Amino acid sequence: MQRSTDIKPKSSFIVDFFASTIGRILISLFVPLVTFYILYLGFIFLRDSNAPKIVIVAVAIIWGVGGVALLYLVSNWLVERMPGDWTARLQPYVFVGPAVAILIWYLALPAVRTFIISLYNRDGSEFIWFRNYIDVFTQRDMLITFRNNLMWMIFGTGFSVGFGLLIAVLADRSKYERIAKSLIFLPMAISFVGAGIIWNFIYEPNPNIGLLNAIWVNLFGGEPQAWTALIQPWNNLFLIAIVVWLQTGFAMVLFSAALKGIPNELLEAARVDGANELQVFFRIMLPYIRGTIITVTTTIVIFTLKIFDIVLVMTGGRFGTEVIATQFYRQYFINQNSGFGSAIAIILLIAVIPVMIYNLKQFSERETF
Amino acid sequence: MAEKTGKKQKSARRQRIISSLLVNLGLLLIVLLWTVPTFGLFVSSFRTREKIQTTGWWTVFPHRGWVTVETLDLPEGLDTDGVMEFEGIQGTFEEFREGVQSADGRKRILWIGNKRNGFIQVQEKQWTADWDFTLTNYQQVLAGKEFVYQRPDGTTQVLQGDNLIGSFLNSLAVAIPSTVIPILIAAFAAYGFAWMNFSGRKAFFVMIVALLVVPLQIALVPILRDYTTLNLNGTFLAVWLAHTGFGLPLATYLLYNYISTLPRETLESAFIDGASHFTVFLRLILPLSVPALASFAIFQFLWVWNDYLVALIFIGNKPDVKVLTMQLAEMVGSRGSDWHLLTAGAFVSMVLPLFVFFSLQRYFVRGLLAGSVKG
Repeated sequence: MQRSTDIKPKSSFIVDFFASTIGRILISLFVPLVTFYILYLGFIFLRDSNAPKIVIVAVAIIWGVGGVALLYLVSNWLVERMPGDWTARLQPYVFVGPAVAILIWYLALPAVRTFIISLYNRDGSEFIWFRNYIDVFTQRDMLITFRNNLMWMIFGTGFSVGFGLLIAVLADRSKYERIAKSLIFLPMAISFVGAGIIWNFIYEPNPNIGLLNAIWVNLFGGEPQAWTALIQPWNNLFLIAIVVWLQTGFAMVLFSAALKGIPNELLEAARVDGANELQVFFRIMLPYIRGTIITVTTTIVIFTLKIFDIVLVMTGGRFGTEVIATQFYRQYFINQNSGFGSAIAIILLIAVIPVMIYNLKQFSERETF
Repeated sequence: MAEKTGKKQKSARRQRIISSLLVNLGLLLIVLLWTVPTFGLFVSSFRTREKIQTTGWWTVFPHRGWVTVETLDLPEGLDTDGVMEFEGIQGTFEEFREGVQSADGRKRILWIGNKRNGFIQVQEKQWTADWDFTLTNYQQVLAGKEFVYQRPDGTTQVLQGDNLIGSFLNSLAVAIPSTVIPILIAAFAAYGFAWMNFSGRKAFFVMIVALLVVPLQIALVPILRDYTTLNLNGTFLAVWLAHTGFGLPLATYLLYNYISTLPRETLESAFIDGASHFTVFLRLILPLSVPALASFAIFQFLWVWNDYLVALIFIGNKPDVKVLTMQLAEMVGSRGSDWHLLTAGAFVSMVLPLFVFFSLQRYFVRGLLAGSVKG
């Protein structure tokens, strides 16, 4: 790249200087410094500027995306300027380093730090060993919380997987497969907050507005009900229905792909041998897609374990609908009990450890890495 | 013999038709069940404020309902405290407020407004469909202007609109970098893991696999403390980095799975030609990985756009950087009864994800199939 100096022997003093070792070191220091300074200016602009919103948003997007690209570019440029074997030794860390650093800062270390916080009292002034954990497992409303999460796990997962499987099987035999799957899948694009508003309209106690009460009152002659507030703990089921509505599309897509992977000869052979459709489903399809069922089930179980937004938007945790993640939020951010809140988060972590171990096992069984 | 097989074929055909009918009916039923909630919201968002608060969205379909055929002014010197009679129907003020039906159920008298300023509606049961649509709800949530409503009794009420355009832009400013940054970082890392040799390679990757399912709740408190120290709370950078951190395990894992299966020969010939790792990554790997990048991009974009928890914690109560989900959740809390605003607001928040979803559905599905577990 610096061939230009060789081609033109009578190069100027400045080019000579930059080609020399000292010059190169100076540039190597100068370029990163300029980069950081520019990025810092961008940060200050975004923090303090009073420019119109649209300008700030545009600058933010360019600054954020461009900044990360620039950092990679500059650090790679630096490494490639080093003597040969240093380049080979350091370049992998330019590629992998940022990801690893961010993961350690944002997930690995926080797990340890949260655990340490959970061993202290409310404001972190006194070390109280595992007393927070004892409280978590003995307080009445925490027990209700765990019961609710259990309901979420059982009914939320059960219905999502069941409906997903049913729809996948039905759609597989219908010529309207594409449109049907699209429509079932659509709620996955909707936020929980949006879904909360949608379903508020269905659960509204006023039978003139709420669809469910309109059906209940006009078709079954019942009294209008506040579905999400009454008949604890069954009101949780009405919240769970929302998540089933959102998550079934996910299950359906995975099951549908798995069903398509079953060799046709296998199904035909069974049918020729006189198996009816139910037998084909239970004896051939289900065993064949067992792996997918396990994956989908664990994913949705983890998902229901962390359920948060929908409860917060629909009931705010009142009427006995609190779940682990909302309790964590309430204890830490509203009651300002950092030790107790952290203990709840750690319990959430412990609950997913079996899945983590399963994933690691799967990974270590992979032959090539 | 031939006749017998013919019969058999015929009955088999009939059976096939019946079973396909059953399949399609079942499917239709489920699809309806799944679509009605969203459809109801969509219709409602175009109905007037008054209509939303008094009747259900399903009244846009033809139905038997009360239709006002005549409006009467209150006669002079009417004793509003006793029993009154209109069009041959008797009742007190309280009863008329609820509506009094004639004996044959065909006619209804309804008192609108209060005792002194009200008027009387004479209604009859007819086939009707409520086709009174408006765009006011959208104007009101988007522009943040003040809107004046006239109550039935003649008094007026001023409602402050919400400025969803502002939070829409904020959501964009959060979601686009929060999608691109993790993808960029993950792509570099995936390339490093797939094509470079360095010490700690296996250990680092095992860490990524382990972190796949870690719930992000675990990180909120320590990260919030770091942000307080660094004075980052309420900035876009804080939210980008948080979403990057929480999205990285899945992104790296997915992209590694894809990049490591790219044909080895292509890369080796590039290296023989003297290309550096950086050039190969930029010129060869990134273009080849577009399908995988797109799948994850859609996944992450929808996830960030719809996220409420991370925004709630790291943006907190800074009004000028509020994202759509926060603004909406706030509206649910403070304007629980202003249904007309909530419906329009919810749809504003859904426009972009629905567009992304419909135009890029194939990539999204592929992304779902490739990786299933997210922490």
